Amino acid sequence: MKRDFLCMDGVSAETLTRLMDDATVMKKQVLSDNKTCDILKGRSVATLFYENSTRTRCSFEDACKYLGATVTVVDVATSSVQKGESILDTGRTIEAMGTDAIIIRHSSSGAPKYLADNVKCSVINAGDGLHAHPTQALLDLFTIREKFGRVEGLTVTIIGDVKHSRVARSNIVSLTTMGAKVRVYGPPTMIPQAAERLGCEVCSSIEDAFIGSDVIMGLRIQLERQKKGLFPSYGEYARFFGINPERMKLANKGAIAMHPGPVNRGVEFSYALCEDECCYKDIQVTNGVATRMALLKWVLEG
Amino acid sequence: MKKLLIRSALVGGKKRDVLIDGDRIEKIAADIDAGDCKVIDADGLTALPAFVDMHVHLREPGYEYKEDIESGSRAAVAGGFSAVCCMPNTNPVTDNKYIVRYIKDRAKEVDLAKVYPIAAVSVGQKGETITEMGKLKEAGAVAFSDDGRPVESAQLMRIALEYAGGFNMPVISHCEDLSLVNDGVMNEGFTATLAGYKGITRASEEVMVARDIVLAETLGARVHIAHISTKGSAQLIREAKARGVKVTCETCPHYFAATDALLEGGDANAKVNPPLREESDRLAMIEAIKDGTVDAIVTDHAPHAKHEKEGGLIGAANGISGIETSFALSYTTLVRSGAITLEKLSELMTANPAGIVGIECGALKEGALADITLVDLDAKYTIDKNKFFSKGKNTPFHGKEVYGKVRYTLVDGKIKYKEV
Repeated sequence: MKRDFLCMDGVSAETLTRLMDDATVMKKQVLSDNKTCDILKGRSVATLFYENSTRTRCSFEDACKYLGATVTVVDVATSSVQKGESILDTGRTIEAMGTDAIIIRHSSSGAPKYLADNVKCSVINAGDGLHAHPTQALLDLFTIREKFGRVEGLTVTIIGDVKHSRVARSNIVSLTTMGAKVRVYGPPTMIPQAAERLGCEVCSSIEDAFIGSDVIMGLRIQLERQKKGLFPSYGEYARFFGINPERMKLANKGAIAMHPGPVNRGVEFSYALCEDECCYKDIQVTNGVATRMALLKWVLEG
Repeated sequence: MKKLLIRSALVGGKKRDVLIDGDRIEKIAADIDAGDCKVIDADGLTALPAFVDMHVHLREPGYEYKEDIESGSRAAVAGGFSAVCCMPNTNPVTDNKYIVRYIKDRAKEVDLAKVYPIAAVSVGQKGETITEMGKLKEAGAVAFSDDGRPVESAQLMRIALEYAGGFNMPVISHCEDLSLVNDGVMNEGFTATLAGYKGITRASEEVMVARDIVLAETLGARVHIAHISTKGSAQLIREAKARGVKVTCETCPHYFAATDALLEGGDANAKVNPPLREESDRLAMIEAIKDGTVDAIVTDHAPHAKHEKEGGLIGAANGISGIETSFALSYTTLVRSGAITLEKLSELMTANPAGIVGIECGALKEGALADITLVDLDAKYTIDKNKFFSKGKNTPFHGKEVYGKVRYTLVDGKIKYKEV
């Protein structure tokens, strides 16, 4: 039976641990002068991104190449998608070329699941709408474990537009699975209904959000959200919800600041924080390649 | 500084001396030794915590020809108020911290009543995007409102209620569906029919009250409904409160002391928004005050220049200059008539509004803030708009006989008004 990776729900702590263990090995390979291997030699992967991406798409491409697989980048902007081809027909066309796995990003929540239900090859979700971004959550998990040596018992606080964040949703699930305590904070217009039922706590103030935290996770404020008026201005956001070195001092000793990127400097992260050693955003990018290698191996080789 | 002694005032029905040190009440007792205190002879006067008006228009900046912070503050203390919250429909709109600070600084210079700015819900009161509510709170705003205009978009109202709630700040909603106003100039009822004016249906107010209750209930947010005027609004709020919705509301003296009958002759001084309603609404307001549906009595003090009230009803500005008549109208209509007690009126005019906007108010107990008003409850007098300190002489109550005269107003333990 084929294996997909669509969301973090139902992914066991055992699987996550195994993926992180593999990623530890892969990371050494990525950082070495001999980055390629033959683990996925002869396999074929396609990326199908209906939304813009730098980190996720490039790191998947690198991951494929480092594992010896061939990778086809479907450029949605110049593909038959522009002629109105449906996601199903596009997916089946790619599959018909002998592709073993399709990595898809789409603005509609549920699109990867729909594709996975209708093709025989594996489907990896690289982000769907507001729903899930499980490979981001995997690399975040790995980054945290690498830094602290464990995930269980840590307190991770996600600050920002939780309501419209697929990164936050996936992280809440995987971090909770691994035994971390997850908290969220942001403008009330950006906190989802029934957040508590996701298994996380809603902080009551920006100070509370930092106090007791081992990891502070910022989320990207999307310009289109600002146009919808969920907060009044970038200046106000930075003042009341921004992450900066002064606020990081309220967190636990050795706490780190993470961000899925791209950062709006001076908004979610202050300029000073971006240069601070507690800022792990670039380390996350490196880890993105290693964890996606581990994931591809798991999906295609078991 | 010398202490101040209020001699022989009625405090809760008993003759008492009130000793004030600085801005606090040090002692309340019978026969306090005056020593070298400055003494106010309050024999025959009743001491009340000075009133708090959470809904006034001071018109500065931008419309100083109608009123300014100095004239408005002078009118406030003359009306027995130690604190007022001013609405943001100034020019420019009070939608940024600089104007909030300007108002506070100007009020400090004037040094009469305490002025707490209410900042706009939306930038420019345009109903498009919310203001920088966090920064506005830091600058000293105590609430948010687009008063003078409704927040027409339910989505914007939703965002405002949620976002302001995060800063624990109230949103005050001016409830009016503009499409239902439909060029009306007075209440849609018998008087409008008789006089031949286009009416404003009660529904224009009530549908918005209902919308905001639904939003507050669904979101678990808090909302304060401004100037209710109809029986239907009162009933909607009464039922919402019974369900546990976090809704509070206010009404104004003109809604329980007058009806649209005042407009029969076309007197634009009785033109106000929402409009004066009918007797059944007036009685419903009193009922809502009695049963606790109404949380606060406010004036919606809306001074206008003479020329803005001339030339007939249709083009005339909305609003009543009400801060100098509020206590007497309320006392006469509500307490003298036996509808409520003086203590209840005091709560409606002081502690309740102060609680809604989260400011400290006076109280007649030791250690409390010495914001005190001394009133002569039995003084019967005729309202004379020409004696107003406000620049706005626009009142429909000119010539009306009332009881209850403010003789002194103390703010932070200092005499800021003394009747001459």
